[in-house]
Amino acid sequence: MNRVVITGMGIYSCIGKNLEEVRDSLFQGKSGIIFDAPRKDLGFRSALTGMVDTPVLKGKLDRRQRLCMAEEVDYAYVATVEALQNARLDEQYMSDHEIGILYGNDSSAKAVIEATDISRAKKDNTLIGSGSIFQSMNSTVTMNLSTIFKLKGINLTVSAACASSSHAIGLGYFLIKSGMQDCIICGGAQEINNFVMGSFDGIGAFSIREHSPAQSSRPFDKDRDGLVPSGGAATVIIESLESAQRRGAPILAEVIGYGFSSNGEHIIQPNVEGPTRSLSKAMKDANLQAGDIDYINAHATSTPLGDSCEAKAMDAVFGTHQTPISSTKSMTGHECWMAGASEIVYSLLMMHNDFIAPNINFETPDEDSAKLNIIAQTKQQKIDTFLSNSFGFGGTNSTLIVTKFKH
Amino acid sequence: MMTNEVIIEKINGFLVEEFEVDYDKISPQAILKDTLGLDSLDYVDLVVVIENTFGFKVKGEDFVGISTFQDFYDYIILKVNEKNQVVA
Repeated sequence: MNRVVITGMGIYSCIGKNLEEVRDSLFQGKSGIIFDAPRKDLGFRSALTGMVDTPVLKGKLDRRQRLCMAEEVDYAYVATVEALQNARLDEQYMSDHEIGILYGNDSSAKAVIEATDISRAKKDNTLIGSGSIFQSMNSTVTMNLSTIFKLKGINLTVSAACASSSHAIGLGYFLIKSGMQDCIICGGAQEINNFVMGSFDGIGAFSIREHSPAQSSRPFDKDRDGLVPSGGAATVIIESLESAQRRGAPILAEVIGYGFSSNGEHIIQPNVEGPTRSLSKAMKDANLQAGDIDYINAHATSTPLGDSCEAKAMDAVFGTHQTPISSTKSMTGHECWMAGASEIVYSLLMMHNDFIAPNINFETPDEDSAKLNIIAQTKQQKIDTFLSNSFGFGGTNSTLIVTKFKH
Repeated sequence: MMTNEVIIEKINGFLVEEFEVDYDKISPQAILKDTLGLDSLDYVDLVVVIENTFGFKVKGEDFVGISTFQDFYDYIILKVNEKNQVVA
């Protein structure tokens, strides 16, 4: 079995456009949540969202490439360029070797809705234009990045709601561990536009604390009132240790555990048993005991039931060890399809800079969160091994465990 | 009513803006396909931009006889004038 290491990472998120900016925001406990007034004109119950600037790609990519890219692909491209650069993977190497891509994405709503609007208005599908089909499919990220970077390995989109990109990394880990691939670009992307979140807003899932956006996402806090949507993209380069050492790549960390499960129950209501199994399977895969984990990046989205179930699951596995826990969604909002990958990047930044980012807005514990060691203020602390949870609609659960690389 | 000069200006405008053609490479006798580097997908976008700019729909087969920029200008001018006659 191959050891699987992380050799590069990149991020484009509402708390920073690159690794340095994001590291500083995490340390400062800075929120990326805003009130997006146009959403009110569209009848949104909540206009709260994480927001990023539109990347300027003219001059970097040609017209045909840009035309085929949906909004989330723009973000994924920026994050992936950063990851490839710090993994020291250049065009020639990627052309000469079988590099794969496994990316989490579970919507491309804006492209679909805009095409439908044109089709209905014009009654002529030619007028939708040539780029729409490539923007509209769930695999828009992988189909675009694989052609831009000339990738020749596995080329697959992973759609598993808000656990999509965590599973993408987990599946990549399996493929490298088993020797099927040497190097895979893994990550997750999430569109932010008004179209993608309308129906999510419609089921009353979002916080309506619109008077104070920075305080609206408050995982584990007793006074939480829902999640805040967000987006962007995050990329990690995972690679066999042999491949990384052969090409002299920087080794940022090692992936040592992946666990997954399905709740087998309700489409939206989480439970405790499913996440507990995912956590336990990851721990077994990593061959670790609860006391070996230095930090947990919780999935906790700031919904009453979801946070409560995860708190119970973490208490069941880690309760006696009082493992430090925070949900970076308190700052970023819920980055949905991107969250599994972004939270690996956030945790890696903490690991490399010896701090635990705060679970901001955690002011009043509830019955379940009171049992946990939730870090509400930035804490200087060495992290050797961390665990990251991601859960999604339909009861899909994923857990990853990452550790500092030791020879 | 647009003059031929205005029509040509509009065409050159969208070729530079939408198709990112270097303005200096546009000349009446240059070959449209080569200068723009058109592939089959680009013709779809040409249909879209013509519809948005001049308000008429180009059929795919109409492109068959168009080789140079001048052919393209002539075709658009003809269609715009036909449209104006119908409206009048």
